[in-house]
Amino acid sequence: MGTWTNEVVIMILEGIRDTLYMTLTSTIFGYILGLPMGIILAITDKNGIKPNTVIYKILDVIANIVRSIPFLILLILIIPFTRWLVGKSYGSTATIVPLTLAAAPFIARMVESSLNEVDKGVIEAAQSMGAGTFTIIWKVMLVEARTSLLSGATIAIGTILGYSAMAGTVGGGGLGDIAVRYGYYRYEEEIMIVTVILLILLVQIFQTVGMKAAGKLDKRKV
Amino acid sequence: MAGIIEVKKLTKVFTTKDAEVEALQGIDLSIQAGDIYGIIGMSGAGKSTLVRCLNFLERPTEGTVEIEGKDLSRMSDKELRKQRSEIAMIFQHFNLLMQKSVIDNVCFPLMISGVKKKDARVRAKELLEIVGLADKAKAYPAQLSGGQKQRVAIARALAGNPKILLCDEATSALDPQTTQSILTLLKEINEKYNITIVIITHEMAVVREICSHVAIISKGHLVEQGRVFDIFSHPKTQAAKELIVRGRDDAGPDTRKGEAASVHEGSGLAAQGSAGADVKDARTEIMKTKSCIRIVFSKNSSFEPVIANMVLEFGCPVNILKADTMNVEGIARGEMILQLPEDEEVQKKMKDYLINRGLAVEEAEGYGYVD
Repeated sequence: MGTWTNEVVIMILEGIRDTLYMTLTSTIFGYILGLPMGIILAITDKNGIKPNTVIYKILDVIANIVRSIPFLILLILIIPFTRWLVGKSYGSTATIVPLTLAAAPFIARMVESSLNEVDKGVIEAAQSMGAGTFTIIWKVMLVEARTSLLSGATIAIGTILGYSAMAGTVGGGGLGDIAVRYGYYRYEEEIMIVTVILLILLVQIFQTVGMKAAGKLDKRKV
Repeated sequence: MAGIIEVKKLTKVFTTKDAEVEALQGIDLSIQAGDIYGIIGMSGAGKSTLVRCLNFLERPTEGTVEIEGKDLSRMSDKELRKQRSEIAMIFQHFNLLMQKSVIDNVCFPLMISGVKKKDARVRAKELLEIVGLADKAKAYPAQLSGGQKQRVAIARALAGNPKILLCDEATSALDPQTTQSILTLLKEINEKYNITIVIITHEMAVVREICSHVAIISKGHLVEQGRVFDIFSHPKTQAAKELIVRGRDDAGPDTRKGEAASVHEGSGLAAQGSAGADVKDARTEIMKTKSCIRIVFSKNSSFEPVIANMVLEFGCPVNILKADTMNVEGIARGEMILQLPEDEEVQKKMKDYLINRGLAVEEAEGYGYVD
């Protein structure tokens, strides 16, 4: 019973809370940056509704650069920026900064591909009715792509949760942090295994709920 | 008289990486208000590009498109969007919003033009009534058949009280019966609401069924235009002839009737005339000789047994290679391919005889009855 003291249980509960806090906040901020970026990528594409090679290329290169930096490196690389923004470089709030930054281009790519899947004919029909660009984005593309966008969001949450655990290696807080500190530095394997199981459970829950919701929303199925 | 749609010297060039493709070259087109105007051509002829130039979904490279005297190329984006809401369009693949219910689809153009949701719903219900789908208001497109989807698309197209309805291969994805019902609906709409309809199709049967006028597009050029009956009885170009022949071979709405007539007429005068693959080849061979003519019966001539009388008068048999009836502009027309006797004197006299009885007569050469 030595391992499972009250403090450890509380620590794990707080770990769950911190992990959820980091994951969900980063996902929200990730979408605040990534959704408009994905929309702009989709519409400025050469087959999009407002083709613009320059804007497309700029966003394309930015997305590729950020996506090609391994998350752990990105996290360390932007420590000065993180410190400037939130006042410190460790803990769960600080981790949200690199998480958001890493998630945004990833989310943008998923949004882009979801929107590109929208039937071009439906967009043309909207144009033939006199719909403007904004109406087409808002009332056609985002609505028609909603199932795909939602399953994309589910994947994004899972990935961000994984990243947040990785941030544990440099004192990022949450379950990943606990797993690294107890499992790696102190050889308390039991605690590590429990945190890993909890991480798996969290991903499973998000995945199941997200896919269920996406399926419910999809009106293409009879 | 200036038409509701006036197209002048319209040229569209697509620039790809390797080459410039001239999709349309110097098209002149005048469509009068209230017409059902068919634009027909083989696939790749440029007809879909042409219809998209009519509402500027494609901007012409050169030339002008005027709708009710207003030049689309001089319009600002905003004016153009306003104009487009008066030119409705339906498509081969219906292009409905799959994630929206039927009624929301019909409300969609009204939403774009800023109609209040409550008023839009009332109007949408009326429109669904018109197309006969009032009971499907809450269904989603995925739950509907092809014909029903096209009806929803038509209701959606009518929502903004358009003056013009463009139909881009609107029946090409439908079976013959459904095609028939959609064409009937379009005809009704044309008559009841006086909406000018432009129909893009590759099926002559569709044009014959409901169009009053037709333009034939071939390889980016407008090769022939006029009243459907005139073009049907006197096609001037090879492209027109090919389309008329193809129209018969298509599983159009009236093919079966035609087959029956063919057997009936053929048995009386010439045994070789009936259908069959081998016979068809042989027939084509015969038709390459100069002595074949194509005749089209007008409404009146069907009272008199013209061919039989002609045979009796000249005392010389003719060979009926093909006989058919079909609907042109809503009237049943008979069409025959005859092989005349070798004597050129007799040939000439027979042609005159037929022309005097009000039949449209022309050389059958160029119809290329082989696919």
